[in-house]
Amino acid sequence: MNFSAYFHRWGSPKYFHTYATRLSPWLAGFSVVLLGVGMIWGLAFSPSDYQQGDSFRIIYIHVPAASLGMSIYVLMAVASVIAWVWKIKLSDMVAQSCAPLGAVFTVIALITGAIWGKPTWGTWWEWDARLTSMLILLFLYLGIIALRSAIEQREVAAKAAGVLALVGLVNLPIIKYSVDWWKTLHQSSTFKLLEKPAMPPEMWLPLLVTMAGFYCLFAWLLLRYTTNEILEREAKSQWLQDRY
Amino acid sequence: MSLKAADSPVLSRALWAIFCREWLMQWRQPMEWLNPLCFFIMMIALFPLGVSPEKNLLQLIAPGVIWAGILLSTLLAVENCFKQEYEDGSLDQLLITPHPFFLLLYAKLLVHILLIGLPVILLTPVWGSMLFLDTAQLKVLLITILLGLPTISLMSALGAALTVGLRRGGVLIALLVLPLNIPILIFATAAMQAAAQGMSVQGYFAILGALLVLAVTFLPALIAAALRIMVSR
Amino acid sequence: MAFSSWTDFVSMGGHGVYVWSAYGVTFLLLLACVWVGQRRAKKLIQRIKKIAERKTYASRS
Repeated sequence: MNFSAYFHRWGSPKYFHTYATRLSPWLAGFSVVLLGVGMIWGLAFSPSDYQQGDSFRIIYIHVPAASLGMSIYVLMAVASVIAWVWKIKLSDMVAQSCAPLGAVFTVIALITGAIWGKPTWGTWWEWDARLTSMLILLFLYLGIIALRSAIEQREVAAKAAGVLALVGLVNLPIIKYSVDWWKTLHQSSTFKLLEKPAMPPEMWLPLLVTMAGFYCLFAWLLLRYTTNEILEREAKSQWLQDRY
Repeated sequence: MSLKAADSPVLSRALWAIFCREWLMQWRQPMEWLNPLCFFIMMIALFPLGVSPEKNLLQLIAPGVIWAGILLSTLLAVENCFKQEYEDGSLDQLLITPHPFFLLLYAKLLVHILLIGLPVILLTPVWGSMLFLDTAQLKVLLITILLGLPTISLMSALGAALTVGLRRGGVLIALLVLPLNIPILIFATAAMQAAAQGMSVQGYFAILGALLVLAVTFLPALIAAALRIMVSR
Repeated sequence: MAFSSWTDFVSMGGHGVYVWSAYGVTFLLLLACVWVGQRRAKKLIQRIKKIAERKTYASRS
């Protein structure tokens, strides 16, 4: 089978629906197991940090959430540009499902970062470069969600969100760079989150496991939300009615 | 703008015609660009009243105050720049001219950038002295405005294009555009702070210039795409 | 095992409040995402069934 046929098959909601329903239980299982193992390992078995004590254990949820927050934005931007250029509806459904999920993971990163900041810096909020760029990322997500909800026609909303996501995607490294650079100008805290000489493997291995767990969970949620979009947009089609 | 297929003018004349028309229209509705200017002046006056009229403190916060003011007033000025054309249908006319739409937009956007930019630049010494900026800082402020204001106007115009004809456009455009303008705010204010401390500012100008080139190259095409999308509703 | 007793584990060397609240908030938010997705799926499937029923009813009469 050549590439373009493969591409088009995955672009069909029917095909996607079939495989999403088959894949979902596996992803759900994997994410529960990986998150369970990673969190118990990280919370109970990995050694505590010599500087931060046990509060560093928040790393096992903070870092995966922050990483997902950024990756989801890239995925969303790519998906919505594909939807805009090649008019693939499924791609728009993926992009639309990404926006709220990405916002939630960014919020998780911000909240856990703030909670971690209290014992580490002594304040809930520090204008740390990473936290600040996560905050701006959240604004970008909120902008996309607001734009989508303000436009009633679905195709128009898809394209407009595509334009905005594209600009945001190009702007994201510039924002990141400017914020990092702004922080070196106004250096106030010498003690940063996530800055360690070298983490021993018993510390970063659980992080790897929870990271995998978070990505699996996101993949599962994305399949669920995208399938929901299919269920809504294709409610009148025969193949869907035959399946339920 | 009535461009008939028969006497379709060459591109330069079309650009000039759009430029003149836009200029005339803005001239006849001076409140469209005077109001944001008044807003800017009032915003600057609020800080001495609200924070403190003390000289040292005002000098310290002046770059941030002025640049936040520029960001918001540009947003206000450009917010409705496609609204009237969208409502009376002349935007559709522009879309179907034989010339590439995004090239025509350059003429239109230039008017808006000049109209918000020129008064801000001309009056800069006024609010500069209101916030006790010295001459060196004023110079740097002028250059950051020259380099940064076109970028943020283009970005705001993209927001205006994406929200044209939407009922909840007003607040939405701020949410869309302000996060994207943060790098300009950071680099422009940093240049002024560096100038206050007597450090070199050329690096900041280089970055602002690079962002300006990027914006001028790509944003009009994206604004054109956004308008095409929104008109197709 | 990094902790000697169960109470040690809960107190997390004095940082228990922070660690457990961070994990709790994360857990709640993720659970909310899952719940919203599942509930919406349920409603949408009901809607599809209703549409299908109406169709068969219309074709019969």
